[in-house]
Amino acid sequence: MALAESITTRAGTKLSAQHVQMAFSRDGKTTPVLNDVNLQVAKGEFLCIVGPSGCGKSTLLSAIGGFLSPTGGEIRIDGEVVSGPDPRRIFVFQERGVFPWLTVEGNIEFGLFKLAQRERRARVAHYIEMVGLRGFEKAYPSELSGGMKQRLEVARALAVNPDMLLLDEPFGALDSITRLIMRGELLGIWREERNTVIFVTHDIDEAVQLADRVAVMSGRPAGIQQTIDIDIAHPRDISAPRYLELRNGILEQLGIAHHV
Amino acid sequence: MNALSAPRKWERFLWPVVASALFLVMWDYAVVHTATKVFPSPLMVEQGIAELSRKGVLWAYIGDSLRRVALGFGAAVAVGVPIGLTLGWYPAVNQVVNPVLQMLRPISPIAWIPVAILLFGVGDGTAVFLIFLAAVFPIVVACISGVATVPAIYRRAGRNFGLSAPQLLLRVVFPAALPQIIVGLRLALGIAWLVVVAAEMIAVDSGLGYLVIDARNSGKRYDLVVAAMLMIGLIGLVLDLGFRSLRKIRSVRWGFRDES
Ligand SMILES: Nc1ncnc2c1ncn2[C@@H]1O[C@H](COP(=O)(O)OP(=O)(O)OP(=O)(O)O)[C@@H](O)[C@H]1O
Ligand SMILES: [Mg+2]
Repeated sequence: MALAESITTRAGTKLSAQHVQMAFSRDGKTTPVLNDVNLQVAKGEFLCIVGPSGCGKSTLLSAIGGFLSPTGGEIRIDGEVVSGPDPRRIFVFQERGVFPWLTVEGNIEFGLFKLAQRERRARVAHYIEMVGLRGFEKAYPSELSGGMKQRLEVARALAVNPDMLLLDEPFGALDSITRLIMRGELLGIWREERNTVIFVTHDIDEAVQLADRVAVMSGRPAGIQQTIDIDIAHPRDISAPRYLELRNGILEQLGIAHHV
Repeated sequence: MNALSAPRKWERFLWPVVASALFLVMWDYAVVHTATKVFPSPLMVEQGIAELSRKGVLWAYIGDSLRRVALGFGAAVAVGVPIGLTLGWYPAVNQVVNPVLQMLRPISPIAWIPVAILLFGVGDGTAVFLIFLAAVFPIVVACISGVATVPAIYRRAGRNFGLSAPQLLLRVVFPAALPQIIVGLRLALGIAWLVVVAAEMIAVDSGLGYLVIDARNSGKRYDLVVAAMLMIGLIGLVLDLGFRSLRKIRSVRWGFRDES
């Protein structure tokens, strides 16, 4: 039984990072940022990464996305070593990544150039509907609010049907009400699409509300200090004792007392 | 009306018209007051324009000047934009070519006249070549800086969706740099219009520049000189306004702060 389970989890591994090292050199000085990062992410899992500011979360996510190559160790996705960016895993920035010269439709269509016209139209319509931008098809990003731009960027990513979404503090620039709404929407989308999601955030509550598992990074040079399973079913009650227990556990991991 | 409310449509036309009328009145007064025999009054200039129009040279000369600018400027766009985009795209190449570019750039197109005549003889070729030279440098420079300042986040998103290098240049870098390129084109067109007058004074026997010099040389017809000057100013204004309206195009409007 135990053996069978470990085999299925191994078959279901989406991403595996092993002994990942990353150092930046500038002016002849080398700064180690990531030090021996080890991480497994299962297919369809929602993983949140939290850690102190500047510890290397964005760096790790960029390496997973193939935009940076690690100076040591390796990152495999579906068993293959990551060697560059790939439409199968889309990196979502804070809303600044949408193209201002394209309409909402044009942005969502951007990655679909290999598809036939009809399929393209269908996908664009589907994802516009999904992220609630109906009626804004012909609008330009400058006419949208921050939350709408963020939805647009998520829709553009989803339209190419990636099996992985890499989100770097996607809701960081939004006000707290919009952020709450967007979390709910992202969960809804994830439940529908079942992509593997790696979500970097500063916000412990956000992590505990969204994730199947939270990876806590240590200070620089950073490794994964601990991963914590969030064993609460959705929709999550954010005043339940178990929620608070998990949240406080992460705060303690980060060395932040829960009294301000 | 307060300072923030947009001026009403009739106001936007009224005040420039008032200012122009005031200018004409002052001009007329100065001529009458000084009792000058050489400098024409606005009315004499108006009669001069009518005379040129009757003889049929006015429209022919305007047409000649515009044709030369269209050819020279068109060639500058056709050559300058690809070169500028390439240099912006490959900073290493730019570093090699830049010193030469920076050395050629401050040479006034007027200084090229002997060389131009040597190459193209006295005639249209020389005029067009001088306009080309004057326009091509600002275009190249605008394209280089336009490409160099495209936010890395856009290139990264483009690569993430699997674009090849030429696709990235065409679908991301070019549209992202386009507002800056348009600013450069507008500048270049203004310079081209300045240079056509100078070129026509020397290299050809038609066009508004030729009209200025010819009216002076054959009988000191200062009414016609000022008539030609006025036409040059008016056409320059119309060209610039035409170019300015390009920024209203929706896919570039985002790049002009005052328009979005
Ligand atoms: N291109 C680079 N060159 C040199 N140093 C870099 C580079 N990118 C990141 N760093 C350094 O690596 C460290 C980690 O940066 P990173 O952006 O990954 O942190 P982060 O955890 O995402 O921080 P934040 O929570 O503030 O977004 C920082 O100290 C930063 O200065
Ligand atoms: Mg970061």
